[in-house]
Amino acid sequence: MILLISSIIAITLKAGTSLVFATIGEIFTEKSGILNLGIEGIMLMSAVIAFTVSYYTGNLSAAILSAMLTGGVLSLIHAFLSITMQAQQVVSGLSITLFGTGMASFLGQTLGPETNSGYLTGLSAARLQTLTIPGLSRLPLIGPVFNQDPLTYIVLLLIPVSWFFMYKTKHGLNLRAVGENPQTADAMGINVPRIRYLYTIVGGMLAGIGGAHLSLSYTPGWTDNITGGRGWIVIALVIFSLWNPSRAIWGALLFGGINAVQFRLQASGADISSTLLNMLPYLVTIAVLVIITVWEDRKRTTGSPAALGTPYQREEK
Amino acid sequence: MRIHFKKRKSYSAAAAVLTPVISFIISLLLTGIMLAAFDINPFKTYTNMFQGAFGTWRDFTETLVKAIPLILTSLGVATAFKLKFWNIGAEGQLVLGGIAASGVALFWSSWLPPFLLLPVSILVGAAAGGLWAGVPAILKVKLNVDETLTTLMLNYVAILAYDGIYCGPWRDPNGYGFPGTAQFPAAAWLPRLSGRAHMGLIFALIIAALLWFAFYRTKWGFELQMIGQNKKAARVLGVNIGRNVILALLVSGAISGIAGACEVTGIARRLQQGLSLGYGYTAIIIAWMSRLNPAVCVPVSILMAGLLVGGDSVQIMMGVPSAMGKVMQGMILFPMLAGSIFTEYRLVVSRRNTDISEAEVAK
Repeated sequence: MILLISSIIAITLKAGTSLVFATIGEIFTEKSGILNLGIEGIMLMSAVIAFTVSYYTGNLSAAILSAMLTGGVLSLIHAFLSITMQAQQVVSGLSITLFGTGMASFLGQTLGPETNSGYLTGLSAARLQTLTIPGLSRLPLIGPVFNQDPLTYIVLLLIPVSWFFMYKTKHGLNLRAVGENPQTADAMGINVPRIRYLYTIVGGMLAGIGGAHLSLSYTPGWTDNITGGRGWIVIALVIFSLWNPSRAIWGALLFGGINAVQFRLQASGADISSTLLNMLPYLVTIAVLVIITVWEDRKRTTGSPAALGTPYQREEK
Repeated sequence: MRIHFKKRKSYSAAAAVLTPVISFIISLLLTGIMLAAFDINPFKTYTNMFQGAFGTWRDFTETLVKAIPLILTSLGVATAFKLKFWNIGAEGQLVLGGIAASGVALFWSSWLPPFLLLPVSILVGAAAGGLWAGVPAILKVKLNVDETLTTLMLNYVAILAYDGIYCGPWRDPNGYGFPGTAQFPAAAWLPRLSGRAHMGLIFALIIAALLWFAFYRTKWGFELQMIGQNKKAARVLGVNIGRNVILALLVSGAISGIAGACEVTGIARRLQQGLSLGYGYTAIIIAWMSRLNPAVCVPVSILMAGLLVGGDSVQIMMGVPSAMGKVMQGMILFPMLAGSIFTEYRLVVSRRNTDISEAEVAK
């Protein structure tokens, strides 16, 4: 039993890493008032770029950095369209996903070596190695927590750090002000568009690391649609965490954990309707959304940024 | 000197027409540069894409096969967007329509007279799609729950249900392990017009015409427009917003449901892999590009379908990845999104001193 639980913890953490990176990123973006539905496309693009860099250079830091850059550039497009050009954010985000999905698949068939007729599929490259923390990794039950790749450790640190940044620093206060009430924030002297640009790009870069984790560690290599819809799960996770980075871990554990449990159940041949189990996180997310909306109607704050999805323009005189 | 946008008094028709044309040209240029960077001849690629999608009658029917679900789902999306209800769940509504229609086709043939099997399949598919959009509509109207997120989540519930059903309880026991249901009885086959292009095209065109009429020539369309533009004014004028939102969303989901029903009865004639191909997401973009005008949704859908079919054909003919089509779809959108602002705003270059005078006024 202990073995089973600790193996579930191990798989969950590994499966959850990319989700938490992207979820925290999207929380930053949404807190500033911008909804980015382009995460799926960003994660796919950064996964393919990270894998390509790792394949040709063998340098994992360069691979992760270029994935961040990819995420940053794609979200910059979203920021430009939705902030400067005031385009509809849902449509702009979806077109980033449409473009990213297509482009990633295109690159996956052209960036590979001649010998593989340009394909990246089926190649293997340098991947993130497990970093075992001596002593701690031998603990019963929670041992697997200390037997992960570096990005998983980083994401475990990122959770408290981003919570602190968002709720205990002036930058975090400004960020929340912009998403909550841009008019007031503007009157307070905060540059609304600049903050929105900044956190949309930061969000994209974090989603980029999430994408890199997929192709460099979780499922090393490149296959079309390597994300398997994770970019959409992230949108659900943001709601599930009530826009609070410290809660991002629970949603990711739920989604990741359900994957892990299912993996075990299938391996042991247990007959359970896996479909219902898979649906559960989405249904729970809808339930959470309903509950927080009702709460907010009763004037309780839940963390959902009031100005989410609405462009900001100074009143004309 | 300062550059900023100023709202136009009325929206610019010239900008509305020019933006898509210029965007398409920019997309051709950008994609061309990208292709050239990969040592692929862009001119040859474009010619082959066009040939592949529209070159022969047979190719054109394949483009229509992909255009049918795009037209229908984009019409569904446009109906919801008219009210500024951001239904991004057309994918799920399509899938649920497909599942429901398959259920009728497979299991009701024993007691339904054969001539009713197909119409009932499609109607039940429409009802299922409507229901799937109705849930977020009711949540929005009664509890004010954000519809973007509920419709998105319901897509995944629908797709998971679909995966579970055709691989699970409905799987053909005589299928030698093939993941899919048995083939529908012939009475439930949607007749084909030419090649694989099926009757769904007729439905799509009829619905487009009806919606166009409803949007621009009826009181209902006027009410939708009013709710979309100014909820407060609509309420003051006695428009029942809640009822209109729910009704419009039932229609929206039903149209996407019909798309799903036509896919299963018209093409594979069984429920199997390949029902959820992302049409519902592309539809959002088509509806938006068409400025929610049902008459414009039709040609835009055919163009977008042409990019997909053309992409497939350059893969076969030249070994250029078929994802090209999707890349081009994305590349059209960026300049269009950026350009859409010019229909409602115009660029104003002002000298700094006007800012100062504004600041003085503010004091």
